[in-house]
Amino acid sequence: MSETTHDIRLKVNGTDHDVAVPARRLLSDALRHDLGLTGTHVGCEHGVCGACTVLVDGQPMRSCLMFAVSAAGHDITTVEGLARPDGELGPVQQAFRECHGLQCGFCTPGFLTTITAGIAENPDPTEDEARDMIAGNLCRCTGYQNIVKAVCRAAELARPAQDSRSEVVQ
Amino acid sequence: MGQKVQRVEDDRLVRGAGRYVDDVAPDALHAAVLRSPHAHARIISIDVDAVLDVEGVHAVWTYEDLEGAMAEPLPLLIPHPTLTHGRTQYALAKDEVNHVGEAIAFVVADDRYVAEDALARIVVDYEPLPAVVGIESARSGDRLVHDDVPGNVAASMEQSNGDAPAAIAGAPHRLSLDLHIERSACMPMEGRGVVARWDPDQGRLQVWSSTQTSTGVRAAVAAKLGLDLGQVDVITPDVGGGFGVKIVHPWPEELLVPLAAQRLGRPVKFTEDRREHFISAAHERSQVHHVEVGFDDDGRVLGLDVRFWHDHGAYTPYGLIVPIITSTQLLGPYKPGAYRVRFDSLYTNTVIVTPYRGAGRPQGCFVMERTMDAIAAELGKDRADVRAANFIQPDEFPYEHGLIFQDGRDLTYDSGDYPAMLDKIKELVDWDGFESFRAAKAAEGKRVGLGLACYVEGTGVGPYEGAHINIETSGKVKVATGLTSQGQGHQTAFAQIVADELGVRFENVEITTGDTRRMPYAVGTFASRAAVMSGSAIHLAAKRTKEKALRIAAEALEADIDDLEIVDGVVSVKGTDTSIPLGTVAVLSNPLRYAFDEASKAATQFSVGDPGKPPVAEDDEPGLEGKDFYSPPRSTFASGMHAVIVETDAETAEIRILKYAVVHDCGHLINPMIVEGQIHGGVAQGVGGALYERMAYDESGQLLNASFMDFLMPYVTEVPTSIEIDHLETPSPLNPLGIKGAGEAGVIPGSAAIAAAIEDAERAVLPGFGITAMPISPSELFALRAAHTPRDAQESK
Repeated sequence: MSETTHDIRLKVNGTDHDVAVPARRLLSDALRHDLGLTGTHVGCEHGVCGACTVLVDGQPMRSCLMFAVSAAGHDITTVEGLARPDGELGPVQQAFRECHGLQCGFCTPGFLTTITAGIAENPDPTEDEARDMIAGNLCRCTGYQNIVKAVCRAAELARPAQDSRSEVVQ
Repeated sequence: MGQKVQRVEDDRLVRGAGRYVDDVAPDALHAAVLRSPHAHARIISIDVDAVLDVEGVHAVWTYEDLEGAMAEPLPLLIPHPTLTHGRTQYALAKDEVNHVGEAIAFVVADDRYVAEDALARIVVDYEPLPAVVGIESARSGDRLVHDDVPGNVAASMEQSNGDAPAAIAGAPHRLSLDLHIERSACMPMEGRGVVARWDPDQGRLQVWSSTQTSTGVRAAVAAKLGLDLGQVDVITPDVGGGFGVKIVHPWPEELLVPLAAQRLGRPVKFTEDRREHFISAAHERSQVHHVEVGFDDDGRVLGLDVRFWHDHGAYTPYGLIVPIITSTQLLGPYKPGAYRVRFDSLYTNTVIVTPYRGAGRPQGCFVMERTMDAIAAELGKDRADVRAANFIQPDEFPYEHGLIFQDGRDLTYDSGDYPAMLDKIKELVDWDGFESFRAAKAAEGKRVGLGLACYVEGTGVGPYEGAHINIETSGKVKVATGLTSQGQGHQTAFAQIVADELGVRFENVEITTGDTRRMPYAVGTFASRAAVMSGSAIHLAAKRTKEKALRIAAEALEADIDDLEIVDGVVSVKGTDTSIPLGTVAVLSNPLRYAFDEASKAATQFSVGDPGKPPVAEDDEPGLEGKDFYSPPRSTFASGMHAVIVETDAETAEIRILKYAVVHDCGHLINPMIVEGQIHGGVAQGVGGALYERMAYDESGQLLNASFMDFLMPYVTEVPTSIEIDHLETPSPLNPLGIKGAGEAGVIPGSAAIAAAIEDAERAVLPGFGITAMPISPSELFALRAAHTPRDAQESK
């Protein structure tokens, strides 16, 4: 009894991938094991820890709570897609490095994607707003102190970049 | 050293380019484990026939499929003479299961989904047996976990210094306390995981494990699979946190996966899921303590007699380390006139108990600090003053406690300055200004309290660590040390040590940890030992490498060694522009017959060397390398004090941390940014242990909260908004860098300090109110308030 598979196209970090997956295959497993994008980590498999968070059409989603087949046709961004086009670290990545916002790094990709969406929505968060932004993600190493700092720093780094980009567009 | 250098690990980790164990071997088959649904049961039969029809299944094993050493119980890693009834589990259960989650059958399939489908088809016939859950049930001995262990007692141990009962009997004041700490667990964000590849062409096994000891796993796998040590390589890639649980080895899966890889001739992978981590990894902390203390009018402890009961779960693979640590580290910075400690280590039908960050110290600290607060209350004295009256003084080091520590060595503190530390913490938390703060808050109708807790932590336990340094002809410095990394920033901190000692650029130093191919002699990462042990070994190896580099450079430059210096990877004669890069020195260190590039021509036989002497001198060897080991006589003792201010809601009993202050002494700091990060993380775990985390077992041994939905680890919303940190640096005389460990420090006094603060807040309204068990939830605090009668208050006066 071979398992029925579905041919789907996953658009991840701007690239299309054609894969055949069983209906029950989780998006997190498809990203990690079918596409080899192992930057997305799975910490709890029940949507609580946030390590597996990816952006689906710009919105943070728990990839362990989503089937790969449901992600077809959507624009998915994983941690691998957060660097700048020239390969330099993106603002959130850079801020985490500067602020010592990570230790073991396992939960980090979920924080990075969550904060990327968060500062897109709120480009100038206060410390309290920064805490709210990450309040659904678990980290067991850092005690969150430096992650909160990194949120504020990321927003700061992202602002001039966005300004200059909009200038270029103009 | 001493600089807040940004971490070299971070670039790849923030790009999602880390390599954790589940990231390697994408072509591997996947394993899944059938686990016991019963806390205690006899296995009547196991029927795996239905699995054989499942497409994509490659193997299904039960105990019957194991042979030789694999069919024997797992090793008892740390034997002790008092551990008279040690028991360990089998890789797959034989006849009986002793906790929910114990491994019973093992399936290998194309992927994890199919493997779990297969597990669902295995039929096990159980005869459920009565379960022993909790210390009270274990102590009663009415039911037994193991039929051949009377009273459920694996070990009874006693240590003493002086005659504590007599000292207490003769003391002007006496108190007794009963104190309890609940179960929690490490809960790294990445669970356990192992990957194995068998190479039939070479007859070699390669194992990747998310472990805290690659050399330990290597030795265990070789022994169990009947392989020579030289046939097994163990690599520890990036590890998503450990906090102690990953020092346990070999886990059943760490043996079954390599065996499957060998038998099937295919790479095999096991990745633990979260529920499995809750029910089949390890927990810690649960202990019940009874304290008798006698003291004088100043609060000086004349005699301290502690008896406690330690719940070690179903088996004892890690020996008695946790209760031994409690029994010794309980003393903290204090010197009681006489001390006696006795403990029983008890079996229960629950997950095994092995060290979790702090490893018995949070319990010991809780016991000692609750005792100090009780003494202060009894005498009506300031809590800080009572502590100060009991401190070991700076001129008393090395201070011998007359006890044996967890490493089998004398409990002898090497250095510290506790009075100076107390001054610092009092200033940081504004101890003397607290009563006016309390009054101001009281005027707003708010209850606030202040707590203080002090601890001493033996860090950097032996037996040893080593390091190997190789300077390549490119000038790059390759360093290997055998212990593993789980996020501590070793690649950064160790590179700082090398750059300093060797005189090379930090960016040119590359550190490898936990790879037995690069450094086969190592112990592991636990007990806040990595910086002390491997840091010191790396420092010593760098010294050796430097000596050799200078010797070769002196010859090449025809200069005196004493006139040379190494700066930015270039050896030069001080004050001149005569110089030679270390890469060239590396070329010269290896006499060649064959050139492979321009640089190497300089080392060929017609270019260098005295034709009258052997190209490699008798007492020398080729290559610009240095290797050394560090093996200290005993542990070095770090220390710290935490002070916390809490607010307890008068109606809802909600507990809010208003201020958290830490003074910490780990000797010289290698990278203050990393040390502070360790403290932040430790404090968060301390807060979790004090206010939120507990393993909720029901009486049948089911773990009711085995998920992140129900086991409440702190999110950002549960940790203090700021943690104020001050450092004291009393260097250790035991190692060349004067350092002490820092990894566990932040978590140790959490429950003690927070309990004290809550008690203090409540006592302002409810005189005599006491906290004797942690963690505490708002509903428990609410219930304690309700149960607190004026009579309690009267009695306590």
